[in-house]
Amino acid sequence: MKRQITESAGVPGAQINIGKPARSVSEMIGKFRELGLLGFILLLSVGVQLRNPSFLTWENISDIATNTAILSILAVGMMLVIITRGIDLSIGATLAVSGMISALLVSHYPGIHPLLAIASGIGIGLICGMVIGCLVAWVNILPIIATLGMMNVYRGLTFEASGGKWVSAHQMPTGFKAIATGTLFGVNNLILIAVAIYIVAYYFISHTRSGRRIYAVGSNPDSATISGIRSGRVLWLVYTIMGGLSGLAGVLWVSKFASAQGDTASGYELSVIAACVLGGVSIAGGVGKISGIVLGSVLLGILNNALPMIDVSPFWQMFIQGTIILIAVLINALVKRGIDRNHLMRRKI
Amino acid sequence: MEPRVLANKKEFTFKSFFLQWEWLLVVLILAVSVMNASLSEYFLEYDNLRDATMGFLDKAFIVLPMVFIILMGDIDISVASIVTLSSVIMADLFNHGLPMGWAMVAGLAVGTICGWINGMLVVRFKELSSVIVTLATMIIYRGIAYILLKDQASGKFPDWFQYLGWEYIGGIPFILIAFAVCAIGFGWLLHKTVFGRRVYAIGNNATASRYSGVQVDKIKVLVFTLAGLMSAVTAMFLTSRMGSTRPNIASGYELEVIAMVVLGGISTAGGKGRMIGAILAVFLIGFLRYGLGLVNVSAQMLLIILGLLLILSVAIPQLKQRFASMRRI
Repeated sequence: MKRQITESAGVPGAQINIGKPARSVSEMIGKFRELGLLGFILLLSVGVQLRNPSFLTWENISDIATNTAILSILAVGMMLVIITRGIDLSIGATLAVSGMISALLVSHYPGIHPLLAIASGIGIGLICGMVIGCLVAWVNILPIIATLGMMNVYRGLTFEASGGKWVSAHQMPTGFKAIATGTLFGVNNLILIAVAIYIVAYYFISHTRSGRRIYAVGSNPDSATISGIRSGRVLWLVYTIMGGLSGLAGVLWVSKFASAQGDTASGYELSVIAACVLGGVSIAGGVGKISGIVLGSVLLGILNNALPMIDVSPFWQMFIQGTIILIAVLINALVKRGIDRNHLMRRKI
Repeated sequence: MEPRVLANKKEFTFKSFFLQWEWLLVVLILAVSVMNASLSEYFLEYDNLRDATMGFLDKAFIVLPMVFIILMGDIDISVASIVTLSSVIMADLFNHGLPMGWAMVAGLAVGTICGWINGMLVVRFKELSSVIVTLATMIIYRGIAYILLKDQASGKFPDWFQYLGWEYIGGIPFILIAFAVCAIGFGWLLHKTVFGRRVYAIGNNATASRYSGVQVDKIKVLVFTLAGLMSAVTAMFLTSRMGSTRPNIASGYELEVIAMVVLGGISTAGGKGRMIGAILAVFLIGFLRYGLGLVNVSAQMLLIILGLLLILSVAIPQLKQRFASMRRI
């Protein structure tokens, strides 16, 4: 009803604006969204720097980058999931179970090569992701229900695998701990791995057929199916990738904090979803860019690092994070509304 | 021409009557009870059964409005945070000198307002799914609880408040009576009123219902508000049973509540299911948890079982439908 009214109201507007595309504030925001986010990050940094001069030191910046690396790796996978109109709440548990099993592996066989430990983590993550992918793609369970259920299963498995005990630093060989603390050309491994994943993911979603299909399925599942895309397969692929990335993140997490616990990363999925939403990934599907989610992750990382530095009580953090997610989601929705309205006005009917 | 009559009820046959999801739940409950009774000779004693139900009924209050929400094809994952927030605010106000009665009223009001905010956000921003809206408010509500109470516990409630969760009236636990009253009320609302029929209509097709004059937005806001109110009721009973409150209580309740509703045969695609199924599911999961506790199954194993139950209860109807349509082809 509402749409019809706007459409008919848009007719005179369309006639006036022939040859001159209408531009609105929301469209500008939509176009320069990443720039705006970058501006906000810079403003925030300058503000914090004025309060606490030790913020913009090289040491602290590299600290933020290392802390953000794992978050942004997960955000890449979550972006793919959200683009297909899904959501994955199980990644914290997948991360924990693969981190735990690879930690148990290296504590039993200390001679194992670190790369093999990483591979085992990724393998377990892939299996976890495949299970969820099957449930979502072929059994047709809503993503939120499927991932909520499997989240419990994986979390339970983490506890069962370790018998409720921790794997702590002295049980891990130095080679394993060096995965996250080591450097290559003076840059921390975590940052290098994250950057490599951005590049691969960028190539995948912008320049390969499977990558474009993910967007197609997300922006309109029906027409994707009609044009011959097997959307079930795309959905399965997306959740499998998410699982693999969670597995990788699990190994990196355990190696970085040098301890694997039953409740590792519980609730972390919320931060990852927040990073995606901040980075402009639309919950309605079909929209999302790598540059956006990297900036979103960096913003969250800076917030987590800066709030304690300017004496904000840690008990405020949860509230601030939630409010930022809500505001970002609402702004996304309003911007999209503005763009849609503009598109309607420009249609020549 | 004869007027076409829409078949309201399917023809009653014994086969269709006993092949319902609800009967499957009854059979499962009986199976779990037999298992429990064989594990512990005390299980079937009246006192024991009575006290077992007291242990798991607190979250059952949220199941009732969650049935409505899931029937409409929405979801609310912020309920556990509302429980925490209203409990924390109640305790905080009481410790600042407000009489306990008024503090409880304030707690109920806070829950109601939280639910109303959820409803308004879901209705005003239709392009956002209720998943993401309640995900954000879930973090915010628990965040406020942390701001208020930091990592402290708060308690020292008057004695009569303890009775709420622990007292019996005529040999029956008060919480069971309260739940029965609420369950009958919500069941009546869903199955016997125009409001309930409209909820089903929205779940089947929200657009069609709007065109036929159902005030979809109003009903949605009301249902989310009810969910907030019942979360606050849960907060009262939970706080009374524990005797104190913390900002991390009730974590994971949302999952259990959703699992109970889905296990009760209410379809996540909206528009299908009955209140009695959800209530049976509450008792099924409650007895299962109690029985597994008897044989010392760890809480983690219970997590796995709960997750698998959730998946299976959604997967079985889906697969059944899939096979039925394959056979038709």
